[in-house]
Parts: sequence; structure tokens; C-alpha cells
Amino acid sequence: MSTEVANAGEVISPIFGRLTLDWIPYHEPILIGTFAGVALGGLAVLALMTYFRLWMPLWRDWVTSVDHKKIGIMYMVLGFIMMVRGFADALMMRAQQAMAAGGATGYLPPHHFDQVFTAHGVIMIFFVAMAFVTGVMNYVMPAQIGARDVAFPFLNNFSFWMTVAGALLVNISLFVGEFGRVGWLAFPPLSGAAYSTGPGMDYYLWSLQIAGVGTTLSGINLIATILKMRAPGMKLMDMSVFTWTTLCTNVLIVAAFPVLTASLALLTLDRYLGTHFFTNDFGGNAMMYINLIWIWGHPEVYILIIPCFGIFSEIVATFSGKPLFGYKAMVYATACIMVLSFVVWLHHFFTMGSGANVNTFFGITTMIISVPTGVKIFNWLFTMYKGQVRLEVPMLWTIGFLVTFTIGGMTGVLLAVPPVDFQLHNTLFLIAHFHNVIIGGVVFAVYAAVSYWWPKAFGFKLDDRLGKATFWFWFIGFWFAFMPLYALGLMGVTRRMNSYADAAWQPYFIVAAFGALLILCGIICTFANFGYSILNRKKLACGNDPWNGRTLEWAMQSPPAPYNFPQEIHVRGRDEFWRMKQEGFTWAESYAPIHMPKNTATGFLLAAFALAFGFAMVWYIWWLAGLAFLAMIAIGIGHTFNYNRDYFIPATTVTATEAKGATA
Amino acid sequence: MSAHTQHGSHGSMGTLMTGFALAALLTIVPFALVMGEVQISRITMIGLIMGLAAVQILVHLVFFLHVNRSAEGGWTLAASIFSVIILVIVLAGSLWVMHNMNENMMPMPDMDHMMNLQSQQG
Ligand SMILES: [Cu+2]
Repeated sequence: MSTEVANAGEVISPIFGRLTLDWIPYHEPILIGTFAGVALGGLAVLALMTYFRLWMPLWRDWVTSVDHKKIGIMYMVLGFIMMVRGFADALMMRAQQAMAAGGATGYLPPHHFDQVFTAHGVIMIFFVAMAFVTGVMNYVMPAQIGARDVAFPFLNNFSFWMTVAGALLVNISLFVGEFGRVGWLAFPPLSGAAYSTGPGMDYYLWSLQIAGVGTTLSGINLIATILKMRAPGMKLMDMSVFTWTTLCTNVLIVAAFPVLTASLALLTLDRYLGTHFFTNDFGGNAMMYINLIWIWGHPEVYILIIPCFGIFSEIVATFSGKPLFGYKAMVYATACIMVLSFVVWLHHFFTMGSGANVNTFFGITTMIISVPTGVKIFNWLFTMYKGQVRLEVPMLWTIGFLVTFTIGGMTGVLLAVPPVDFQLHNTLFLIAHFHNVIIGGVVFAVYAAVSYWWPKAFGFKLDDRLGKATFWFWFIGFWFAFMPLYALGLMGVTRRMNSYADAAWQPYFIVAAFGALLILCGIICTFANFGYSILNRKKLACGNDPWNGRTLEWAMQSPPAPYNFPQEIHVRGRDEFWRMKQEGFTWAESYAPIHMPKNTATGFLLAAFALAFGFAMVWYIWWLAGLAFLAMIAIGIGHTFNYNRDYFIPATTVTATEAKGATA
Repeated sequence: MSAHTQHGSHGSMGTLMTGFALAALLTIVPFALVMGEVQISRITMIGLIMGLAAVQILVHLVFFLHVNRSAEGGWTLAASIFSVIILVIVLAGSLWVMHNMNENMMPMPDMDHMMNLQSQQG
């Protein structure tokens, strides 16, 4: 993190590029402490894995696995690990702003503080929220349509490892060099070559490009899965709402992520080859970047929230013991949101100067998009109405979401009014608004999903008391952490402030920091719950259908066999599993061999070289970049010659597995 | 599982040749317009070329990529229409937004003009 290096005339060595020892932040006590912690923890894990001989199982059963369930779980693990990193950034910011009032400078110099808020945003969106949402979709959706796997199992594995490679590149920047100091969307000209020297901005670009490949491919994969792999008889209008939302979200991914890729690529050209797409001279226009990035950015927030609406729909129906109210309205509302999310992007830059007519148009479209969302809220409420609501943990999250998200949505509509936005643009009011919808929507949904589908994935429930503690800490912590920010925003406090002069603001920041500590307790409870429940898994063991579910995933064993369903299910309508239970369904006694895809290391290897390529590009190590790129091409072509991709699970194995499941 | 119920057709020789003829025609016409130095206004010329290019895209979609109402149960058509809608929104929207942004900027051409005058004097 040394500014001197960045400004000195750079010497690029043929071997190490611009990477020198000065870029290792050994004089930063915070980073050295973190590094020591990570290194010791990592060594402990390595030692334990070696001691228990877990390397081969890890490689064979997880790393090379093309099973959508295992990949889904790995996405969730990635999400939780990155959430710890992103949350550590959040705590640092809250601590800094609670201290740095009235002339005090706090403990983080601006150079470091700017990296922290950039990393926080990038990590939380791309590697926490996206990883979580993709993980849930990967795990649940194929099971809900009665499929054995996704349409392209190898591609799924590759997508996951590309996401991991992007996440690793962000984390490498912590100890080798620096991260961008530009905010999570990296607006030029600040992010251009002239104002962001050093490797921080390049870490940003390459990590997002690498992870973006994974996201786009996984979007294509899941769309193909829904369109082509549904169980026989399942019409589109028979699909569960979660599957519908998965379809819409992945359509959005496929439509929007190329825009992100292209905008970042143009910025990369500006930085590496001296083009002038987004500079202030030679005909470039930095505002074009802001326009383009939000054409992706607004659909992105719907990419995150739409599957969450699906999760809540499943949970509300299950725990109210009745079919979802207004299924068709739900589907059409989702489709509406999907299309409308492409015509609102300008509300992120009302203040840039497009004038009254443009602002009015986008203000109105933004207000319109809240209508289908409101329809959904009423659907969930009416599903609960006169239902036999069981207040289990997933349902607590759902009700917490209904309250929190509605308020966040209303502050959003407030911000959609251009004159109001002129007052609140880039203030903490905005920060409070989007945390209100992202925490209240996405985080609560992911927690709900984890507690709801955990028994399906592992065969035992999570502990109830710790689950409830997690919920209350998060829920109350959220209100303490973000309500003060609404108030501060109304006072005109801008975002991303390293320190401030007005000491009257400090009490609000201290309350917000207290809220963050409550959320910390919630996160600790989460992991305590995982650990406690795994230790007590015998006691918490439950059957295949612990919540009295309605959709097909509950027809699988818990944990599911690799092939999901021993036989094809013939679907006759919505909530097929509910009907099967009513009719006293059992699997037929004789099974046929099941055709399955084989594991492959190709995805992991490709991503490993993509990581090497990204690192080399960041540091201008051209020989390594070239080699890694060639290696990727070679491995990719080599894989096309691998015809040994599938195998059959013999009928006897299926019989044995099913018999074991029946007694468990 | 319900997978391969119907395979998209790969087109007969007839449709492929029709497509080829149309594509060739749609390429030759704009070239002829430019190289034959046809006397029409510049705006009309650009409009014509862009219009023919748009038709060209349609020809490729229909004759070579077999986008029609029956292929893949209508999904290819739906996907194509959705892509076109998104493209139109993104392109038209960006042009509109950026045009308005330019209109509201400080009058840049005048500034250039003034700077030119200054450099001539100094
Ligand atoms: Cu938006």
C-alpha cells in the first residue's frame, strides 16, 4: 500500500513485471496481522486435512465434481467465506467513521479507507450476493424440475471455479499490492490510467472479468436446464415459483452481463493500450461509462433479488400449508420486473445532467417497477392469510423480509423522484436504502434458504435456538446499523467519507457501529449454528420431507443420491409432490441403470490458469500472461477430445441406495 | 429428461440458397451505392446502408440460424425478439441520454472556436 511506488517512474522488469518487494505491505500492522491470521488458519486447515487424509476426497468428491448439488454447496461456502471478508471491511468502515469526527482522523488513512469501501462493495455484490444466489439456484432448481443435473454439468463446474478465481484475485490484492480506490463501480476518469496508477484498479478489472465469465456461462446453463430438462409433463405453468424466478434471473444475467464485460473491456483498453473511450480528451466521454455500467447495474440488483422472491414464495407456501396465492400473478409480475428492470437505469445518475425530460421518464419507469413488486408483497400476505402459519426459522426470515423490504422499497420510490434525488444523491440516505433492500431482501432470503433447504442437503435440521438468535441479531442489528444512516443522509452527509468536521454527527455513527456489532453477533451465531448442528446431527436428523413441502425436491432423499430421483417423475400439475403425497406415492421396486456425467478436472485447471493470467496482467508480467493464456486454450481444446464423459449407475446400486434411504 | 423431443431443422438447400442470394444482394447494393458514387444526400445514404444492414441481420437470423415460430417450440424466436428489444432499449436509450447530456453541457464548439482564435493570435 505504498503510494510512493505508484508515483515513481515505473520500471518493468522482464521477469516480474512491475511487481517489486515494495508492493508487499509489510509495514502495515493491520495487514500483517490479517496475513498472519489467514496464514496460521490456512496452515491449520492444511495440517488437519493432511492428518485426516482428506485431500483425495476433496479433489474427487468436490473439486472435480459436476454434480449440481455439490457445486451449489461450494457456491454457498464461497459466499460465506467472502461474507466474512466483506463484513470485516464493513466493521473497519463503521469503526473509522465512529472515531473520525471533529478533527480526529481515525485509524485508517484515506488511501487505505478508499480501498476498504471499494473492496466491501465489490466483494459483497460479486462474490457474496451473486455466489449465494447462484448457489441456491444451482442446488434447488434442477431438483424442483425433476432433473438429474443441469444441462451442461461440466460448464457448471467451470463457472464455479472461474468465480472462485475472481474471488481469489481480489483477496490476493490484500497482500500483494493494493486494491482499487475508486468505489465499487469504478467510474472514470478516476479509474482511468491518469488518476489510478498502480495495480489496484487492474485487480478490480481482471477479477471481475474472470468471475464474469463464470456468471454468464452459468446463466446460459441454467436457462437451458429449465427449458430442456424439465420432468415429462411439466409445463412452464407447472413450475414452482422459485424455478420461474431462476429462469427470469438467468435471462437477465445473459442479457445484462455482456454489457458489464464490454464496459470493463473498454476501460481496460483505456488503461492498457492508451485508447480514449472514457477519458476527457481525444473525443472520449467518461459519462458514457456511467451510462453503460448502470445499464448492467440496475438489472444486476434484480438479478440478485428476483430469485430471493422465489425463495420466499416457496417458504410462505410451505409454512402456511396452502398453495401460493396468485401463482399466475407472481409469474407475470416477475416477468414484468424482468423487462422493466432494463428501462430504469438512469435513476442512478439523475444529477449527471440529462435534463428534465429524460429524468422524468426514468423517474416514472422507476415508480412503475414498484407496482409488480407490491403485487408480490400482497401475494405473500394473502398466502399467509387464513393459512396455518408455522413460525419456524425460515418463516421468521420471511416475515422479517416483508417488513424490512417494504420500507426499503418505499425509500427507493422516494429516491426515484428526481428533485428528491438531487438532495439525496450520494448521501448516506442512498447507502441506507440499498442496504435496506439488499440485506432485507437478499441476505434474509439466503438465510431463509439455508435454514429451509439445509435438511434436504444434509439430512438434519439446523439448531432452532441458534437459528432464532441469528435472525434476531441480524434483524435488530440491521435497524441499528442503517436507520442512523437515513437520518445522516437527510442531514446531507455524503458517502465514502474518511473523516468529518461536524461532531454532532458522531452519535449517529456510533449507533450505526453498534448495529454492525449486533450483526457481527448474528454472523458468529451462524457459524456456531453450523458447527453445533453438525456435531449434533444425530439428534437433529430428520426425514426426507421435514417441513411438509410441496415441490419435487422434497421427493429426493436427504441428503440426495447423486442421481436425485431413482425414476422419472411424470408431472401432472403444480405442487406435484403435494399431490404425490396425497396419493400415497412410493417409488417402484425395480430400477433401471442411470446415465450420469463424469467428473472432470478441466474446469478447475482452466480457472487456475485464468487466475494466473489475471495476476500476470495486473502486474504486467507478459510472459506469464502469454503462457497462461496458451495453457487455457490448450486445455480447452484438449477437453474436446475427451469422449469418456459419462457412465451408468447400475440398477443394483440404485436399489441399494434407495433401500438405505428408506430406513434412515 | 423431456429433452430431445424435436430437433431444430437445419434448413433445406433451397432455403439456404435463398438466404445466400438475399445476403449477397443486400451486400452488393450498399457497395454499389458507395462505389458508384450515387448522387443522394449523405444522410439518405447512411440511412439506406444502415437499413440494408438491419435487413441483412434478419436474413441471417431467418435463413441461416433458422429462427422461426416452430424451431425449439418457439424459444429461438422468443429469445431473438427479447434480444432485439433489449438492444433497442440499450442503443436508443444511450443515444437519447447521451444526446441530452451533450445538449446540456457547456457549449463546447464555441470553446474550441475561442481557443483556436487565441492560438492564432498568440
Ligand atoms: Cu437501479
